[in-house]
Amino acid sequence: MTSPLGKDLLGLEKLTAEQIGLILDTAEPLKEISERTIKKVPTLRGATIVNLFFEASTRTRISFEFAEKRMSADTVNVASAGSSISKGETLVDTARNLEAMKIDMVVIRHNSSGAAQFLAERIESNVINAGDGTHEHPTQGLLDLLTLRQRWGSLKGRKVCICGDVLHSRVARSNIWGLQKLGAEVAVCGPRSLLPSAIGEMGVTVFDRIEQAIEWADALNVLRLQLERMEGGYIPSLREYNRVFGVTRERLDRAPKEILIMHPGPMNRGVEIDSDVADGPHSVILDQVTNGVAVRMAVLYLLAGNSPRLAEAAKGGV
Amino acid sequence: MSARDLLLKGGQIIDPSTGLNTIGDLLLRDGKVESAGDRIGTPDGAEVIDCTGLVVSPGFIDVHCHLREPGREDVETIATGARAAAAGGITAVCAMPNTDPVTDNQAAVGFVLKQGRAADSARVYPIGAISIGQNGERLAEFGEMVGAGAVAVSDDGKPVVSSQLMRTALEYARAFNIPVADHCEDPTLAAGGAMNEGIVSARLGLRGIPAEAEEIMAIRDILLARLTGGHVHLCHMSTKGSIELIRWGKERGIRVTAEACPHHLSLTEDCVEGYDTHAKMNPPLRTMADVEAVREGVRDGTIDVLATDHAPHHNDEKARAFADAPNGIVGLETALAVNITWLVKPGILSLATLIERMSCAPAKLFGLPGGSLARGTLGDVTVFDPTRSWKVDPAGFRTKGRNTPYGGQTLTGRAVCTVVGGRVVYREA
Repeated sequence: MTSPLGKDLLGLEKLTAEQIGLILDTAEPLKEISERTIKKVPTLRGATIVNLFFEASTRTRISFEFAEKRMSADTVNVASAGSSISKGETLVDTARNLEAMKIDMVVIRHNSSGAAQFLAERIESNVINAGDGTHEHPTQGLLDLLTLRQRWGSLKGRKVCICGDVLHSRVARSNIWGLQKLGAEVAVCGPRSLLPSAIGEMGVTVFDRIEQAIEWADALNVLRLQLERMEGGYIPSLREYNRVFGVTRERLDRAPKEILIMHPGPMNRGVEIDSDVADGPHSVILDQVTNGVAVRMAVLYLLAGNSPRLAEAAKGGV
Repeated sequence: MSARDLLLKGGQIIDPSTGLNTIGDLLLRDGKVESAGDRIGTPDGAEVIDCTGLVVSPGFIDVHCHLREPGREDVETIATGARAAAAGGITAVCAMPNTDPVTDNQAAVGFVLKQGRAADSARVYPIGAISIGQNGERLAEFGEMVGAGAVAVSDDGKPVVSSQLMRTALEYARAFNIPVADHCEDPTLAAGGAMNEGIVSARLGLRGIPAEAEEIMAIRDILLARLTGGHVHLCHMSTKGSIELIRWGKERGIRVTAEACPHHLSLTEDCVEGYDTHAKMNPPLRTMADVEAVREGVRDGTIDVLATDHAPHHNDEKARAFADAPNGIVGLETALAVNITWLVKPGILSLATLIERMSCAPAKLFGLPGGSLARGTLGDVTVFDPTRSWKVDPAGFRTKGRNTPYGGQTLTGRAVCTVVGGRVVYREA
């Protein structure tokens, strides 16, 4: 059966607003499965899924694995360390070998932009991008959208600012496309050395100062500032980053309205975000994590060719 | 030397070096041009090729290609590269020295010449390295390399990072009257870059190389040419800014010459969409504004020479994630057609100007024989059909490389017959 998403989920840029809405609509009822004592439905029974992680990941990998297992799929985790990947096997050969083992789906995380598409073009199995280089991380974008939609009902006309290292962030790109497609206004804020020089052509507003972003936004999505960025010379120090660009309680207190706070994790407390903000009343960071499992269940469910109308029934264990 | 005369009969002979543009006959005798233009009877025993409806021009010379031998004979050899050139209507190529080992001494130059002669096809002229091992530290022995047959020096593949070394190279090269060809790239700005910096790189999440990385080195080289009086030749110019800077230099009488490549005249960064590694080269494909500026540069002579930057790679190496794939595409067998399709057909260049940029100018700037059909000149001739449409099929290439972004495209213009030293080295089947 053809999936309403096509064969693969590679990014949000290529999806329509309807397809994104469909995934979110499908995720809503599936969320309840994780609330049960017995967190399992047989929807993907017999399906084999490989979680192929060329890059270290804890949160995303575990979230996918829970989503797969709660839908009764058989899963295998392959991490680059200790596998033939670390022995120099090329992505082409990895793809061919997976194909030969007759698997149904591959969840891939890779440090090269385009790696998920590369794999998708070479195998018949469904490919889900779990983050490719600095390109996209579509399921993260989807869980962010679901989190905001739950709070607001609709994203139309809402203002979301993505803060921090947009240049190196796959989360930022997936967020920009997803938010725009659902009708939100999108801004970015960070030092210009961490923004793509052509960012203005992506249809977003650019704020140079976090104070401006806070005054404008209904929600902030605060990106992780990787420590390597300082070593790479993009910013002078983490200390100054926090002082100039950090999302602090003091700054939020001056906001004209209540602002939702999101973060894709893992957080550097005291760098891009202060603890009292991360743990504060307007933080939806743990909702994001919960929604991550539901959104990934929805993606697996839809890519497997299941009818979106059956999602409600599926949770009943048919 | 060819024992038989060769008569190319009834073609449109275009020789910008002499201003000749007429329908007539070209007679080659003893490997040299005997007469061009006049209708003549067939000399006894001459081989005759009917060129009716075809263009007969001085042989094309590609001053920039990578033939990979020694070191990577699996992706190209001097022989396969020379035959690919001939099939593209190119009668002579200049081989860049970034082989393994690097062509940075007289013995290595001699090896390239020897393999070129053995190939017995298009002529192969070696380019020596600027620095030993192309390490950017110590000058290679220009004098001995030129003595052995090198026609220019270059560290192509890499920029000459040190301005002092570039200055010395330009000064030292003056004694031998050879151009110093530079690959203009500021390595700190370009570090880790996989494509042009702009909206496409931002969307695809690929690290960009700004146009300024090329332009900063271009103007540095132009200023050093002014300082030294040396001849700097800027390889594969790809940006609007570079064209403006070269124009600035030429207006001031600085000895700067420049080349552009077919891909930078026909394709934009949009080709990278879908992470197609056949659209990955260095300098990268730029924007439409850049393409238009480079075309205008070729038209008005700011760009002196059309070269290929032919760079074969193994399919396995191109079949990687974009950032991990090597830079470069093959070009010897498509250059003429791409140039005709994107420059001549739209009316940007006349056929005569195309021939000037592909034959006369490269011969003159690199001090090579050929580039003319004047009586007594080397009998290197290209016969081509400027109107023929053909579909690019990489599987049929003479080069070992299959890495082309033009595969499956229908292009216009095709070499029909390639003559080197009065002898046919390629003839369309």
